[in-house]
Amino acid sequence: MADGGRIAQGKPLVQVRDLKMHFPIYAGILRRKVGAVKAVDGVSFDIMAGETLGLVGESGCGKSTVGRALLRLYELTGGSVVIDGEDVATLSPDALRRKRPMMQMVFQDPQASLNPRMTLAAIIGEPLDEHTDWSDEKKTARVHELMDQVGLNRRFANRYPHEFSGGQRQRIGIARALALNPKFIVCDEPIAALDVSIQAQVVNLLEDLQDTLGLTYLFISHDLSMVRHIADRVAVMYLGQIAELSPREALYARPLHPYAKALLSAVPEADPSLEATRQRIILTGDVPSPANPPKGCNFCTRCPQVIPMCREVEPKLTEVEPGRFVACHLVGPNNAGGHASPGAEVREHNQQGELS
Amino acid sequence: MTERGPETVTASVARAERVRGPWADVWAQFRKHKGAMMALGVLGTLALVCLVGPLVWRIDPNFIESDTVKMFKMRNQGPSFAHPLGTDQLGRDMLARMMFGGRISLAVGTVAMLVAIFIGTAVGVIAGYFRRMDGLLMRLTDLFLALPLLPLLLVMMFLFRDSISGALGPRLGTFLLIVLAIGLTSWMQAARVVRGEVLALKEREFVLAARSIGTPSRRIITRHILPNVLSPVLVAATLGIAAAIITESVLSFLGLGFPPDFPTWGRLLYDGIAEIRTYPERVMWPGIAISLTVLSVNYIGDGLRDALDPRIRGR
Repeated sequence: MADGGRIAQGKPLVQVRDLKMHFPIYAGILRRKVGAVKAVDGVSFDIMAGETLGLVGESGCGKSTVGRALLRLYELTGGSVVIDGEDVATLSPDALRRKRPMMQMVFQDPQASLNPRMTLAAIIGEPLDEHTDWSDEKKTARVHELMDQVGLNRRFANRYPHEFSGGQRQRIGIARALALNPKFIVCDEPIAALDVSIQAQVVNLLEDLQDTLGLTYLFISHDLSMVRHIADRVAVMYLGQIAELSPREALYARPLHPYAKALLSAVPEADPSLEATRQRIILTGDVPSPANPPKGCNFCTRCPQVIPMCREVEPKLTEVEPGRFVACHLVGPNNAGGHASPGAEVREHNQQGELS
Repeated sequence: MTERGPETVTASVARAERVRGPWADVWAQFRKHKGAMMALGVLGTLALVCLVGPLVWRIDPNFIESDTVKMFKMRNQGPSFAHPLGTDQLGRDMLARMMFGGRISLAVGTVAMLVAIFIGTAVGVIAGYFRRMDGLLMRLTDLFLALPLLPLLLVMMFLFRDSISGALGPRLGTFLLIVLAIGLTSWMQAARVVRGEVLALKEREFVLAARSIGTPSRRIITRHILPNVLSPVLVAATLGIAAAIITESVLSFLGLGFPPDFPTWGRLLYDGIAEIRTYPERVMWPGIAISLTVLSVNYIGDGLRDALDPRIRGR
């Protein structure tokens, strides 16, 4: 069961179609609905079995909402999420509960995601209590097995979350997610709250687990270098929509969407000589409110290459090169590589580069 | 080091196998709280004296000398070997009355508090957790808060005392009525505090994690919400016992609680007040008993709250 993912490589495990998640805004004396925050507005992607899809974007762009909506922690406004052949968005509560074991989540804040009044054994064992009728010995054995898998000493079983460091707490969260042998795990910024030295440990642990258990990840992060390290394909989100979805190497080598270009130009370079020549695209202005997104392309208010058409017509996510999907009028199947004249881009010399 | 290796491993595995019950830790931490342990001792002694004392000190608390001359001689005596706490204005033994009164007062305080906490926690959790119920239940709470409680209690006692006493007997009937009346009129503070806590807890990631696991709402509430609202509930409970004992004495004083010849601590206190200048000890005995009870319950609550919180435990 657990190794099934690797064998079925190339077949999508998760198919998301036109996912919409709008949060209503109530105002006035009568608390009438006056609008909606379009946190996620028409997102479609596939995640192949056994792969890691990275989901990046600035804060507030709807990354975490996508992750939570996929597991139906929110009731979707529209669209479908087919995981392993079943549409999670329309399952009845009972069927959804039976479906839960195969899709799990690792949360951002390891402090907040663990109940401070439960022992580690109780936290990791909770999924087992909910979905199995095993005896206590069998559960304890499984909890110990999971603790070994994520590198926690078995003696810690009776301790409470506050007695652990951030990295260890995140391991507890990962062990809890693994308890029921899931196929698909949503990692919602699992490393954002951790120290840099611990981030590597946790990411390596996630990679090792993927290799041994054949897991499929949706890896949500704003850390572009970490996504480059772990993801097979990367989706770049902007204001509730996917701007570009490309294989990792292609995206980092040659981003196509103007927003992806700007975002990736912000990644610092480890090599000082390269860092000195790094060209940074500085975007002007602010992200528009998701309650009132622009009419055409969501990015048209800040795009350095904007053309009149962008303000009127919403671009669709289309495959411009094999495996590369971009939502931009300037990038079509015909002119995938070519972009508008470099003069149109606001290019600024990186300040760090000047200093060094 | 190397030759000790295997033994150490087996020992650590053996230690890991045993999943320690949470109550052992709680008790260990509770014992460290000196005030709480002393309070537990005091309250235990008080309760024990009230329960077992009447079996040893076999004077009827309602016994009045039928010979008028003797009765007048017996009135308002100070402490003596025959009557360690003296006698009251009708010559009844104060020690016996204190012990019988303690039974009633402690029972009323505890049960009324349990009723109030149960209702308050239930209303608070449901209002906080289920968005739809929030408006309705909180307006109900506001409604109860806005009611003038003492007149309401008096009306309740006045209307229902006779019928309930008729059905269940005067003692049990009055007891149940008083306990329910006090419980039903003092749950609002607990409900508000609990609702506030639940609203905050509900948004914490561990509740979301439980939902992603597939834990149904009722078990999210019992496993994740309730243990985390324990602190405010315990504080409300300890204060509730004190308030219930005092409310009961108010009712008795106004003549709508237990029958006048039926001793409770509050009743004894009010009986003594009229003659506080001449016989101050008659006010002091029940006063000390009520104060000690309230104080020790507060300390026990304090100790329990610390002991039940794993973050404080072990410090």
